[in-house]
Order: sequence, then C-alpha cells, then structure tokens
Amino acid sequence: MQRPGPDNSVGIVTPQVARFDEPLRLVCGRELPSYELVYETYGELNASRSNAVLVCHALSGHHHAAGYHTEQDRKPGWWNECIGPGKPIDTDRFFVVSLNNLGGCHGSTGPMSLNPGTGKPWGPGFPPIRVRDWVNSQARLADYLGIECWAAVVGGSLGGMQAMRWAIQYPERIRHCIVIAAALKLSAQNLAFNEVARKAIESDPDFNGGNYLSEDRVPATGLELAQQVGRIEYKDEPASGLALARMIGHITYLSDDAMANKFGRELRSGSLDLGDDADVEFQVQSYLRYQGSQFSTNFDANTYVLMTRALDYFDLALEYNNDPVAAFKHARCGFMVISFSTDWRFAPERSREIVDALLAADRPVSYAEIEAKEGHDAFLMPIPRYLDVFSAYMRRVGAPD
Amino acid sequence: MRQDLKHILRWIAPRSRVLDLGCGDGEFLEFLRDKRLVRGTGLEIDQDNITATISRGLDVIEQDMDAGLGNFPDNSFDIVVLALALQAVHYPDRVLEEMLRIGREGIVTFPNFGHWRCRLSLGLDGRMPVSDLMPHTWYDTPNIHFCTVKDFEELCRQKGIRILARDVVGNSSRQPTLSNRWPNLFATTAIYLITR
Repeated sequence: MQRPGPDNSVGIVTPQVARFDEPLRLVCGRELPSYELVYETYGELNASRSNAVLVCHALSGHHHAAGYHTEQDRKPGWWNECIGPGKPIDTDRFFVVSLNNLGGCHGSTGPMSLNPGTGKPWGPGFPPIRVRDWVNSQARLADYLGIECWAAVVGGSLGGMQAMRWAIQYPERIRHCIVIAAALKLSAQNLAFNEVARKAIESDPDFNGGNYLSEDRVPATGLELAQQVGRIEYKDEPASGLALARMIGHITYLSDDAMANKFGRELRSGSLDLGDDADVEFQVQSYLRYQGSQFSTNFDANTYVLMTRALDYFDLALEYNNDPVAAFKHARCGFMVISFSTDWRFAPERSREIVDALLAADRPVSYAEIEAKEGHDAFLMPIPRYLDVFSAYMRRVGAPD
Repeated sequence: MRQDLKHILRWIAPRSRVLDLGCGDGEFLEFLRDKRLVRGTGLEIDQDNITATISRGLDVIEQDMDAGLGNFPDNSFDIVVLALALQAVHYPDRVLEEMLRIGREGIVTFPNFGHWRCRLSLGLDGRMPVSDLMPHTWYDTPNIHFCTVKDFEELCRQKGIRILARDVVGNSSRQPTLSNRWPNLFATTAIYLITR
C-alpha cells in the first residue's frame, strides 16, 4: 500500500505489468502478436471508476512518474512535482495511471524485448510505432484496468500529443484533455534536431545498425536490461552516440536564458588567464556530458530512434485534410492548454495554434501561458503559477458534473 | 455583483454562447452560467484572474485584446461582452468592430467621462477626476481612452454600428430618472447593446 513520502510524494510505488495476447494492429500495417505494458498507479480508483487520470510520458519518459521505488532512491519519479497528495494531479482524489509506452525501454515491449518469431531481441526490427499505436495500446490498458472513461488524459510535450490524439480517437472515453508544452505537429526545425540526434546514434560504430544487443545474450526485462545496454557507451570521448544525441536534446529543452543563468561562461576547471595552458572546461560542457552519459546508461538507442520517429510522424490533422479544426470536431472533452514563455522547442505560438483550432471547432478550451525561464523543461518544474493553474483545472476535472 | 453587470443580464438569452473580453475573475460569466445557462468563454491577461476563472469551472483564454482577436472565427459567439474595459484598450474602435465580427451582438459598458462630477473636477478644480469607479491617478492607470456617452454614440454612428438598447447606472439608485433623461451628465456607467 502507498504511504506518503517525505516530500509529499505518493511514497513507495511498485511497477506492474499488464500482458496483452490479443494482437495489436499497428498504423504501419504490421501486427504485434502480443505485448506487455509496464505501468504504475497512484491513488485509489473510486467505486464508479470515474476518477482515473492517464499520464502520458514524453520522449525519454517512462512509467515511473511519481514516488519512489525504494527507500534508497535518491530521485523520485519524473513528474513528482505534479502528482501526489495536494498536488495538481491530486492522488487523494484521482486514480493515476502512468505507463511505459510500447517501444519503450523501461519494461514495456520494445526493441529490447524478444521477438517471439526469432527468439532474439527485436532490436532495430521492432515495428515503427506511431502516437496512434500508443493511444490504442493505452486504451487496451484502460480496458484491462476496468476504466471505461478517463476523467482526464494528461501529458507534456510528446505526452500532450498523445492526450490530443486520445481526444479525437476515443472521444467517448475522455472527459478532459490537458496538453502541456506541445504542438499539433513538429516544425522543420524540430525535425532537424531529431534527425541530428538519430544521426549521432547511428554514426556510433557500436550502434551497428541497431544490432548492438549481442545475439547470444538473452536480455532480462526492464530497467536492468536498459542499464546493460549502456555498453553502447563509447570508450572514448565523446561518451557515445546516444550521449551525444541527449546533449543536443538538452540544448533544445532549455532556454537560452536558463542556460545563461545556470552556467553562463563559468569554468569548471582550467583558466582563461594569459599564460595558463591548462585545459579549460566550461560548466555547461560538464553538465551536458553528465546528462548524456547518465542517459546512455539508462536508455536504449533503438527506443530513442523509435520514439523520435513517432514524434516526427505525429501530425494531428493529417487524416483530416490537414485541418486541425476538422480533427478537433471529433473531440467531446474539455481542453486545458498550457505553454511556457521560453520554450523554443514547442513555443507558446505552437500551443496557440492548438487553442485557435479548438476555438474554431467550438470546443471548450482554457489556455495559460506561463512565464518561466526553464525552456521546454519547465513543464517538469514546480513553477508556482503553473502549479496553481494546473491545480485549478484539475479541481474542475474532479468536480462532479 | 457590479451594477453594470446586473443590468446586462436581461439582454442575454438563455443558453447563449458568450465571450467576455476582460473577464476578470470570472464572476460575471459564472453568474451568466448559473442564471442563463450560457456557455461562456473569458479572455484575460491577469494571471490570478485566469486561475480564479478556471477555479469557477469556466473556460478562459490567456490573450491580450490589444494584440488582436483575429483567432476568433466570424460569428462564433452569440454575444461578446466588453465590460468596463473599452477605456483600457489601445484601439477601442477596432475592438468594437472585432466584437461584432465575432458575435452577433455586443454589450459594452464604460465609465462615462461626461458625468457631472468628472466635469466638475476638470472644469472647476482643473484636475483629472479620481472616483470610486476610476480610482487611478492619471499617470498610473490602465484606463487610457476615456470617452463620454456622446462620444461613444458618435463613434457607433461613424462605424455603422446600431445601438439596440442603452442603459445607465447613475450615482444614486433613487434618481434613475436623471441619468436616464440626461445620461451624458448623470450616468456614471453607460451600458450598450450593439449590433451591425
């Protein structure tokens, strides 16, 4: 049972696994004969099963969104600031479901899992996954948990895209859609960054076209395996292709000001003084190397490629004649859209495109643009106004109709 | 509830779609929802007001009217309300035109600068008026475009805007006849129902 943690978190949580043996037809035309989804839940499902909230993760996220796995964990789940007792997604009132998406590397079926057809890890042969496939698999998870209709589907960044897709793909199964720091589709600049990141991975000799999992190995599941796969890390500097991809990603997640405030031109070692020939390392270099190397021990390269592609291919309005208004006309839920002033990955203008399409489609929508200096990462941060407005909307989600 | 807002209520048909420009903390939209079952949306730039409006279970868009309202489609609302905000926008004439593009009808309320107390203050004392309704000093005020009842009606005539109804809030509820008969002198707040 969950008990409150020291930082008003949900305390110790244990991931669970749901297995699905009914084949899942994917957007690409291929079929997954069976698959598993790893997920966590926080709070209690009420008797009418009407208080369930689905949390969709972003590019490098996973099911562990809140609380701790063990007493020894240094860091809580990735959205601990927003999920917990008295927090915006209030676990005293909501039953929160957070899963690792299909194709992930934290326990759900993905490139590291065994392909039942070959008995070997899927690796780069894992079928390409679209946001719609995630939403379909999440709907199966909802069935499995006995949740007919989500009180809300919530997500930041790529998670927000899943939430929007939910709204038009399963309009009868979602009452509120909360879209944070997202966009209707990626811009050319976004696509370019993702391509550079993938190229960084692919150009790593150890990547070997994605077949880096040695054939004689039978990978264990979950996080344990993800850490083993950290061996794709280069022996030499720069750490690895994956680390490099993460470094590039991190630059786009932060705002220019946030980087200036955090690091400026501060030196970690060496000196720029005349007559000093010691190697100079800027703080920002050290930070990026640390983030990159951390990531490469915790994330699978094939999953990274798969997830960035899912992000690239997402285009909410594509099947609706490129008209987001027509797309949103299928929705029946209320919308809350939130953006952050210094987010240049999915800037406020991108959120306003969502809002404008919703207004034109005559859907109920609220919009807040939060002053924040943290860039795209702001959606993970405890920014007071963000938490206030998010909480205010979630109280409404929880209010009886 | 502010006087001008109470007056507006009778012009709002049940179940209308209402856009409230500068909705404040959402009190009026909540009132309309409860009394008229309207589907309301607010527009606001003040952070605390936005949170307050959402807390009432109402929808609000964070958007600055002065940056335009072009994102709202033609005829997407039945009624667009601009309550005590006309004097605070950069281009009151453009906002009026946008209101009547977005909505079938518009409701505008504004502090009447032609009220005798304003005239007295400016005419005899030679000072810019400061009152309960307009408590700001001239150099630190959101109110940048004051007008009188006559000014407003002249602008409507120039723009081809039809005034369907006019109402006024006077200084004292005991003398409604004065402000009705001579609104430009006795109305503290002027209230209009307009259309194209």
